[in-house]
Amino acid sequence: MAESKRMTGAQIVIETLIEQGVSDVFGYPGGQVLYIYDELYKASDRIRHILTAHEQGAAHAADGYSRVTGKVGVVIATSGPGATNLVTGIATAMLDSIPMVAITGNVPTSLIGRDSFQEINITGVTLPITKHNYFVSDVNELADTIREAFTIAKSGRPGPVLIDIPKDVQTAECDYTYGHETEAYQQKIADESYIDRAAEIINNAERPYIYIGGGAAGAGMTEDIVALAEKTDAFIGCTFMGLSALPNSYRRFLGMQGMHGRYESSMANKEADVIIGVGVRFSDRATGNTAKYSKHAKIIQLDTDLSEINKNVRVDVGIIGDIVSSFKRILNKCEERKHPEWNRIVDSFILESERISAAAEAKAGDAMTPRKIFDIINEIKDKDTIIATDVGQHQMWTAQYADFERTRRFASSGGLGTMGYGLGAAIGAQIASGDRVVLITGDGSFGMNLNELATAVTYNTPVVIVVMNNGVLGMVRQWQTLFYGKRYSNTVLDRKTDFVKLAEAFGAKAGRATATEEFRKEFYAAMHHDGPYLIDTVIDMDEFVLPMLPPGGSIDDMITVKEQEGM
Amino acid sequence: MRNVIAVYVENKYGVLARVSGLIMRRGFNIDSLTVGETDDPEFSRITITLNGDDYAREQIINQLMKLHNVRNVRLLESGASVERELMMVKMRNTPDSRSEIMAAAEVYRAKIVDYTTDAMCIEVTGEPSKINAFIEVMKPLGIIEICRTGVVALERGSSIMER
Repeated sequence: MAESKRMTGAQIVIETLIEQGVSDVFGYPGGQVLYIYDELYKASDRIRHILTAHEQGAAHAADGYSRVTGKVGVVIATSGPGATNLVTGIATAMLDSIPMVAITGNVPTSLIGRDSFQEINITGVTLPITKHNYFVSDVNELADTIREAFTIAKSGRPGPVLIDIPKDVQTAECDYTYGHETEAYQQKIADESYIDRAAEIINNAERPYIYIGGGAAGAGMTEDIVALAEKTDAFIGCTFMGLSALPNSYRRFLGMQGMHGRYESSMANKEADVIIGVGVRFSDRATGNTAKYSKHAKIIQLDTDLSEINKNVRVDVGIIGDIVSSFKRILNKCEERKHPEWNRIVDSFILESERISAAAEAKAGDAMTPRKIFDIINEIKDKDTIIATDVGQHQMWTAQYADFERTRRFASSGGLGTMGYGLGAAIGAQIASGDRVVLITGDGSFGMNLNELATAVTYNTPVVIVVMNNGVLGMVRQWQTLFYGKRYSNTVLDRKTDFVKLAEAFGAKAGRATATEEFRKEFYAAMHHDGPYLIDTVIDMDEFVLPMLPPGGSIDDMITVKEQEGM
Repeated sequence: MRNVIAVYVENKYGVLARVSGLIMRRGFNIDSLTVGETDDPEFSRITITLNGDDYAREQIINQLMKLHNVRNVRLLESGASVERELMMVKMRNTPDSRSEIMAAAEVYRAKIVDYTTDAMCIEVTGEPSKINAFIEVMKPLGIIEICRTGVVALERGSSIMER
């Protein structure tokens, strides 16, 4: 018989978290979670709490923690505004399928529904942005509810789960029976006939393209993906969420495709006659106009989520279930093939990509371009360095230029595109891994949640913050340049923020780079500093993210160069 | 195209909001939704009717299957299932219309469940098309108010839906 003990709800929360293997939680205390924080205090030798500057930062930190470890990230907040401040963080995790458990306090059950002080129906608010959520009204159900929340968060297609616990449930007592970390639900195993059909299509392919996404990125599939590419002479592209799944140095890996994808990857995607999608959802940013997307290719899609099959793009074979085992089975049934013509075509795309890039760099001369910044970052960072980003031009430059050498080294908001995500996530990723994190951000995004500098300083996390400072909201401005007649409505940030002084005021180290060699010096110093280090990296406001597929366009409409002066 | 979808759900906190909210946020319109406890009080059965093409139907079923409290979802084919709806209609009771209302009610096997000197309430059960037809008959006779339950449906024969 398992050992059991009389406990309060608040004690049960902590014991169940520890039982589920949680060693770190992020959060912010408040009136309706005081009992939980009291128990955190008592259990501080068994579970660590990281206090952020704002609940949103805590949610992003839990998300970053999960992205680099694969573990369930945990965040705690009080009722009302504490809970609503989590919303953007939870939605970010939902859109990118990141396992997270959010615990909120609420007013005592007797005050629920009366618009009490700091009362909000957070289960109602988060209904569309959680995989599932709970309002716990009985302390006897608390432990099993938390266990189930962890199971749901990490099962199948992962996602966030919220548990709302009213204050009186935290103080009520019941018998707690010690348990063990719960397992994820068993995934469906795909029927053999689907595997056969997929293998047959691949065996008959002449221009195979393996297309990997977030579902594959952290699933330990790197070796199998490489094996299939080698066996079938295929090339590999990825979605934004698929970055860091494969080493960029691998010859067959062409990088991200899509709206701001690399030329060679998007072109290979377009020319492929068979596309093998693994854990991808064919999002609008990846496909462009779906009516024109790979019309003549046969598409195979592997996903654990049945609603993803045929959601955005009609596929020829949809393989539902555990993608790791499905992929292995396909690999075993595929035959060795050689496609010299396909290699020749892809090589020509790579050459063209290099030509476009070299021409752009030649035109830029000595100016510190994003490309040069990333050349330096790639040169100085090591294989364990984690890259986090915010959202905007800097994020797409990261996707195009940053080199990854191993899995789970990337934290960025893909689906929701959350500006202000980066710093919290970087701190969470650093705390989770102990490895150095480089946060690539912009002056716009960074301005949203820079308060978390305080957290980075308090916990002395070695996070290198590269603020690509162009004084404008670059991505929106780029659209205004291209599609809104250069009417720069509210994208010119006429701010006088001195990011170096700002970082120093928070207690961090900081420096400024206006030229390439200055950046090299600063970045080298930052990468050897024990603690947060901000580099105000001044770039030109007219830098573009290219290539670009115009909204609603297809790969045929790709913009690769700034054709006109001043564009 | 009209679709009738049966959903077995656990009788848990907020489950109706989860189901209806999901359909709403995926951009589909519900024509009717009924819910009631089953023979096992731990489960409820929801019947949803909605208009949508093959894509909409497939997405709704697949998305519903993902909800934690949903145990099973099934599309009910119109030929292979029995559909019923109940309506109560309150009519103005006047000497001129009274006999015609009562004659129509008899033809439609409707029941008069409330009767006062100035109003009567009629209960009618049947397939939605029959209910619609009854409304058309009643319209010129002075409808005061209408209340419909929405469709409930079961598959014909002995087949059952797994929980």
